[in-house]
Amino acid sequence: MADLGDLYQQIIIDHNRNPRNFRKLDDANRTAHGDNPLCGDKITLYLRLDGEVIADAGFQGSGCAISKASASLMTSAVKGKTATEAERLFHAFHAMVTADPLAPPDSGSLGKLAAFAGVRQFPARVKCANLSWHTLHAALEASPTPVTTDDRTTGPGAGG
Amino acid sequence: MRAGAAPADSAAPTGAARPRLDVARVRADFPILQERVHGKPLVYVDNAATSQKPRQVIEALLRYYATENANVHRGVYYLSEHATALYEGAREKARRFLNAREAREIVFVRSSTEAINLVASSYGRTHLGTGDEVLVTAMEHHSDIVPWQLVCEQRGAALRVIPMDERGVLCVDEVPKLIGARTKLVALVHVSNSLGTINPVAEIVALAHARGVPVLVDGAQAAPHLLIDVQALDCDFYTVSGHKMFGPTGIGLLYGKAERLDAMPPYQGGGDMIRSVTFEKTTYAPLPAKFEAGTPHIAGAVGLGAAIDYLATLEWHQVEAHEADLLVYATASLAGVPGLRLIGTAPRKASVVSFVLDGVHAHDVGTIVDREGVAIRTGHHCTQPVMDFFGVPATARAAFAFYNTREEVDALVAAVRKVREVFG
Repeated sequence: MADLGDLYQQIIIDHNRNPRNFRKLDDANRTAHGDNPLCGDKITLYLRLDGEVIADAGFQGSGCAISKASASLMTSAVKGKTATEAERLFHAFHAMVTADPLAPPDSGSLGKLAAFAGVRQFPARVKCANLSWHTLHAALEASPTPVTTDDRTTGPGAGG
Repeated sequence: MRAGAAPADSAAPTGAARPRLDVARVRADFPILQERVHGKPLVYVDNAATSQKPRQVIEALLRYYATENANVHRGVYYLSEHATALYEGAREKARRFLNAREAREIVFVRSSTEAINLVASSYGRTHLGTGDEVLVTAMEHHSDIVPWQLVCEQRGAALRVIPMDERGVLCVDEVPKLIGARTKLVALVHVSNSLGTINPVAEIVALAHARGVPVLVDGAQAAPHLLIDVQALDCDFYTVSGHKMFGPTGIGLLYGKAERLDAMPPYQGGGDMIRSVTFEKTTYAPLPAKFEAGTPHIAGAVGLGAAIDYLATLEWHQVEAHEADLLVYATASLAGVPGLRLIGTAPRKASVVSFVLDGVHAHDVGTIVDREGVAIRTGHHCTQPVMDFFGVPATARAAFAFYNTREEVDALVAAVRKVREVFG
């Protein structure tokens, strides 16, 4: 059985309490909004791209510990990386949190982001972890459509 | 007994001398309450989202499909006549449950949501014009907001809102000012799903009727907690969700005064709702068939009838006393958790406790208490305007049914304290 400690790793608790890069970037040249309508998680992501390189990243918003820590660790991880490297991280992260809960996690390339490996054992919380990454993807693609992780066929339902 | 007795707005009698609800016996009727989750006994307190089902309802469904299934209203053979008798028998049970005057005032629908959509569509389309208004309350479920918005948008009408105070009590004093010449309908929730507030429905109906305005009452959360008497309330429409009152999902009730329903056009077209059809002209069946197009959810109606029968076996004053005790006990116990704030502190509440924990999002609360076997709802509860009013993105909500116990409240509180341990 999945243990709560697998989900709420110390680093996640820490980044929830003291989120890094929790600020608006006044000189951002890419911005994207993401929300998770069933949970109420909301994020605005700011990037300053210097050519191909993500020179700075910040976010604002509200959400659960998983979504906030994910945005905090993500912005820390992608700073200084190229857009292509960030997209590669996005795919690796996504694969890790949606992998078969029984298989050993493949988090080799993810560094601190491996703290989210436990999320795959809590299906209802996967989109909390993914929200900031989908928003990053939209920001890099300069997508004008706000991101939503609203997939009612897999997520927790609404109801009363 | 429950059926059609006390006025729906009556407070719970808590006479100490009366025998208490035999909760152990009641719990034995609900098989799922024996389940374990994550190795712990299930503590199911998400009853406002859906209630659990007694054996009597489950068996009625099984019996129906195993031995009684046929389509209704059209066969001349035994089984169809029997299924029709069961279906119409369920309607009569629903009539008694709500104390409606006539069985034809009861329309089977798929949910309370569909009941509201039916009225919004059929009544709204024919009665709302440019500049007209529909009055709702600040604590409506989205299902009693959005259908009105949709029809208002089509008709050029506007939605207005009865405000509430910081306890989650409606500002009834504002109602006379808000009902004007353009008000065509008042729609309000009987019991708030996210706050637990029991609204003074009869009082608001009287205020609206004094100005000739009909009233729809969303009773989805009231039916499992209160005795309902639509004649005493004098409301024009009342909606019920089957699965929130220990019946199956996919079945609900719309009560409408016969003269209102008679004057309304059909909601959906199809089989069963017609008197005669030609390519030139169709005439409609009388009530309630006019509003029941297509093969209905016969098994659902039978199951809901079984739920009504089950509730009728309970002494309702005992149920009310037990739920009142759970509410007081849970409110006091949760208030002792450091950093916990209750959302919804109206003096008249059903056994629903919404709360937020300082610095912890409701979804983290939900995940952590789940590991202790405790099922609560976390989120906006389909009442985003209520969340905005209280300035919170979401709350955690425990909604108790008569089968819950003080021990389960203790388990909930212990689990919430665990959240504090995880988050420090």
